[in-house]
Amino acid sequence: MPEITYVEAVQTTLRDEMRRDDRVVVMGEDVGVKGGVFGATAGLFQEFGGERVIDSPLAEASIVGVAIGMALAGLRPVAEIQFLDFIPPAMDQLISEAAKIRYRSNNGWSCPMVVRAPCGGGVHVHGALYHSQMLEALFAHVPGLKVVLPSTPYDAKGLLLSALRDPDPVCFFEHKGLYRSMRQDVPEEEYLVPIGKGQVVRPGRDISCFTYGATVHEAVAAAEKLAADKIEVEVVDLRTVRPLDRELIVESARRTGKVLVAHEANLAGGVGAEAAALVAEECFDALDGPVMRIGGPEIPAIPFAESLAEVYCLGPEKIERKLRELAAY
Amino acid sequence: MALTESPPVGAAGLTRDRLREMYRYMLLGRLLDQRVLVLNRQGRAPFAISGQGHEAAQVGVGYALRRDYDWIVPYYRDITLVLVMGMEPRDQLMAALAKAGDPNSGARQMPSHFSSREHNIVSGGSPVATQILHAVGVAQAFKYRREDRVVVVTVGEGGTSEGDWHEGLNWAAIHRLPVVFLVENNAFAISVPQSLQMAVEHVTERAAGYGMPGVSVDGGDVLAVYRAAVEAVERARTGGGPTLLEAECVRLQSHSSDDDQRRYRAAEDLDSMRLHDPLERFRADLESSSILADGDADQIRLECQRLIDTAQEEADQAPVPDPATALLHVYGDD
Repeated sequence: MPEITYVEAVQTTLRDEMRRDDRVVVMGEDVGVKGGVFGATAGLFQEFGGERVIDSPLAEASIVGVAIGMALAGLRPVAEIQFLDFIPPAMDQLISEAAKIRYRSNNGWSCPMVVRAPCGGGVHVHGALYHSQMLEALFAHVPGLKVVLPSTPYDAKGLLLSALRDPDPVCFFEHKGLYRSMRQDVPEEEYLVPIGKGQVVRPGRDISCFTYGATVHEAVAAAEKLAADKIEVEVVDLRTVRPLDRELIVESARRTGKVLVAHEANLAGGVGAEAAALVAEECFDALDGPVMRIGGPEIPAIPFAESLAEVYCLGPEKIERKLRELAAY
Repeated sequence: MALTESPPVGAAGLTRDRLREMYRYMLLGRLLDQRVLVLNRQGRAPFAISGQGHEAAQVGVGYALRRDYDWIVPYYRDITLVLVMGMEPRDQLMAALAKAGDPNSGARQMPSHFSSREHNIVSGGSPVATQILHAVGVAQAFKYRREDRVVVVTVGEGGTSEGDWHEGLNWAAIHRLPVVFLVENNAFAISVPQSLQMAVEHVTERAAGYGMPGVSVDGGDVLAVYRAAVEAVERARTGGGPTLLEAECVRLQSHSSDDDQRRYRAAEDLDSMRLHDPLERFRADLESSSILADGDADQIRLECQRLIDTAQEEADQAPVPDPATALLHVYGDD
């Protein structure tokens, strides 16, 4: 079982599925000869040619809108948006069109496609306001979309394969801070990680910490610090933020009685608010403290200067402090 | 780029039967459109959009396509075009009355959001010009699979101001895709005249900028549209790439049942427009060339009215959607 990086998991999964299914086509800015600005499509143009690996014009609405047309006509397009920060021009196509095509045609038409985009801070420079945002909550609000944020190379492969075979549009947001920082043994043979299922990545009896994306690893590091004081935090990687794994959230929250939701995205109106509301509705009688959240402050995104960026980013220490506050309640 | 001149009837290489059939579709579309507006004024159809004045453009383009082989990505004025492509009057009456049997959307969308998987009519939403990019993607799929299908996408002249319009034509020209962009230019986007929509007289003046041919035709002349469409479709089918086709139409009715165009259009403008009714024009041409004999037009009208009456009876009696179905079909694995 080879040890590969997160971005290699994305690249090899795309390659393997393109070999298996000739309906899969890849499109986006610089995905062709260059192989993507992060190398997620490296080698695909050379193996499959320009008809299946299309360097698109610099126009995000086109990348998603043309992919929708391809999906309507029976292909399985993968549309890459170079940074999630640049997806707003394609929001009309995603929210008004892709998300609603099955419903509005009463199941007559469907739109099986994957929209891939790197997101988040954490590469040597964070990328500042327009190369670092976590915008998943905007899509998690929309029925008809599925929204997936893998946190490991293993999940990146298994979830991407599920997304590529899903009958509906899937937003697949890859944390670019993990692209090369994380290596993991990943089986060469194919396997699926189901969309909509979270996973307990560190069991614990005292507090449930619900999180996803790169924050999973920060939460695990924080949990290890608390373990030294005999406080056992259960870290749950949600993996999918639409649909949420409601069963897992409720089961874990009822078992521990204390909940912290942590995410890199801005806190207000975020996925954490939905998870916290679910816990409040379904687990009220089992709670032993207030449902707490930690996330990005009320500034637009991660500022460029490191001294400012640190104010935005979470990191294990901030999560540890919040967990200790909750443990002491 | 100049408007092409109207040829004598028969010059388009169409048989007498074909010409009569084209007239029938124009009339069927008109009468169906009128019926839907009546149902609205009776308080039975909550909302209606009219395509009156666009019938010649739609029949002209529809007859250039291979039914159930080629695809269309229509917009909300295409009631006649979807009839040509194989839908039935009952389909739109079911939609007008919001009945479960509406094949377009199961009465989930407003009427005139046409869709039929069976007839390769792609479902559209209400945002204007988003469909342009879908047609480009459909055409890209045809090219990828080496199929000689063609897709026609339609939009009003107002829609050509949207970013998706420009992006779509740019992409289609780069890849020489088998798509025809039909602008049904009726000179008004709700109340905004063309002069506030663009600085050019014809949308097709932009075609060279995208890198494709542009042809403007009199959209009231069904045979002129047909000839231009045949050429564009043939170009698309044989690898010659996309065409921008503009049919200059009249909008005989207001934008929608919630609009009153008398509030923003001059009375003389509305009066003179009626002199250019494409339906009357084609009937007069067919009668003067004896393709329609005395009484033929009335006979066709009677037959169309019967068809619509029967369809309305069926739609009247059809059930409304079961509330239990409202939550279905958000996802395919529901």
